[in-house]
Amino acid sequence: MAKLVKETEHPLFKKSSKLRTERFGKGLTFAAVLLTALLTAAIFFLVISKGLSTFFVNGGSVKEFFTGSTWNPGQKHEGGSPIIGALPFLTGSLAVTGLSALICTPLAIGAALFMSEISPKAGRKVMQPVIELLVGIPSVVYGFIGLSVVVPLLRDHVTGSGFGIAAGTIVLSVMILPTVTSLALDAIQAVPRSLREASLALGSTRWQMIYKVILKTAKPGLLMAVIFGMARAFGEALAVQMVIGNASVIPHSLFEPASTLTSILTMGMGYTVLGTAENNALWTLALILLLMSLAFTIAVRWIGRGKPQ
Amino acid sequence: MMSAKQADRLATAGLYAVAGVILALLAGLLGYVFVKGFPMLSWQFITSPPQIFKGGGGVGPQLFNSFYLLVLTLVFSLPVALGAGIYLAEYAKDNWLTRSIRISVEVLSSLPSIVVGLFGFLFFVIYMGWGFSIISGALALSVFNLPLLVRVVEQSIQSVPRTQREAGWALGFSKWETITNIVLPAALPGLITGIILAAGRVFGEAAALIYTAGMSTPALDFTDWNPLSPVSPLNPFRPAETMAVHIWKINGEGIMPDASAISDGAAALLILSILLFNLSARFVGRFVFKKMSAS
Repeated sequence: MAKLVKETEHPLFKKSSKLRTERFGKGLTFAAVLLTALLTAAIFFLVISKGLSTFFVNGGSVKEFFTGSTWNPGQKHEGGSPIIGALPFLTGSLAVTGLSALICTPLAIGAALFMSEISPKAGRKVMQPVIELLVGIPSVVYGFIGLSVVVPLLRDHVTGSGFGIAAGTIVLSVMILPTVTSLALDAIQAVPRSLREASLALGSTRWQMIYKVILKTAKPGLLMAVIFGMARAFGEALAVQMVIGNASVIPHSLFEPASTLTSILTMGMGYTVLGTAENNALWTLALILLLMSLAFTIAVRWIGRGKPQ
Repeated sequence: MMSAKQADRLATAGLYAVAGVILALLAGLLGYVFVKGFPMLSWQFITSPPQIFKGGGGVGPQLFNSFYLLVLTLVFSLPVALGAGIYLAEYAKDNWLTRSIRISVEVLSSLPSIVVGLFGFLFFVIYMGWGFSIISGALALSVFNLPLLVRVVEQSIQSVPRTQREAGWALGFSKWETITNIVLPAALPGLITGIILAAGRVFGEAAALIYTAGMSTPALDFTDWNPLSPVSPLNPFRPAETMAVHIWKINGEGIMPDASAISDGAAALLILSILLFNLSARFVGRFVFKKMSAS
């Protein structure tokens, strides 16, 4: 036995110093990844607990929140619950998001098809750099251009004050266009070359190949691109707030001032005191934003699973 | 009924039209900002402080704040992102823990920036008691920037060929030594390009900042570089309005007569900076690659 103990003292049996640095490195990087995950959890915890306090602390009604059209959380109903009808903001947010996706999708897919199928050279040399630059432009700049170009244009040539869902939709569709185009381009370029060649060899024209083969194969990727754009549009705050007019009523036309969840949140947070019913109601709007962005992420993942590799 | 050939021609024309419309739209957008903004850009405009009641103000402090916040944000988020990216690319096993971490990073990156800003407001401004300050703003921007950077780091590390790692192991390097001595240097060009592009996004962000870094800038003394002095531009506990926030603020509540001209100038300056970021992302990445690959 004594001899055995002595053998383990041999240098070969000692823990190498490399093992220590290895454990140190792995531990350090794991701590970093854990911190990132904890941050997400902390954000969810704070926003959910603040957002739910409207219902649990201030006694607001969930049904009223989703169906009521009067928003005045500083005032109370007869029964003592705050007046929290958020329907105007919900419709506003859904309207600008849906409409801008509707405008943006055909344009973005068309541009991506042009860049990949019709004229790759012009696409690479002219459109790609411009689109890359536009992806990086701050949303405030889009809002500012909307305020100084789109709003006066609508005011002078259409009707009303120019502020409203229409202005918001135009600004958002231009804002998400570069992002959706470049994601759609990725999806279309991922279609294998052999499929294109097979289709052309069977005698189809370029257009037949595009809509019968490319668009069908790239469908999950294109859908993901559009949903990604919608998520950006839904969560955009300042660009929309600048052009939508910020009236908390359900608009009767696209050209009347309206509001979105984000615009009312941006406007209101600075003017309310933390912990009051008024402030908690705003956190409930933030909670809806959080849940919607979660829903968009889940949708993208779910579609991504069906995507051919 | 159209023949297939006619349909093809029609569709091609349609796609040309769509591409033309988009190009015109985007070019018009950039042209508008530059044509209206460039005449505003002067040394006086980019160095002097804004005026509240009269015209002729500049965006000097705002420009400084934007860069200062960007630097602090990278200082906070880069080490964490490097660690997290290395772990996910090199160490993570495919189990439930890794999967849930990946999902949480993805969810974090898809959160609207206003929600991140509100989290920063509640946590850094109120709970930590730092008030509207550069430090609160930089930490909120770090939260916003972190998932993006993690993805950049992970992707550039994954693009290093496996043979490079095997060469390291064969020489007797441990895994960690291989990562720090071989994989990271090889991934550096991609890393730098990705970091600069992410920096461009941080530079123009406003929604995450209005309730963390605040919407005002105190009078600054640009000769006082002591970070503890209240008038020093470096003081991390002073409120700081960035250029993007400034554009938003003066369009909502600005009472200076030349608010829209100043926004024109500031917007042009912002886009110019983004253009610079994009160009340098390409150039610096390529330069580093050339230096390191000796070709």
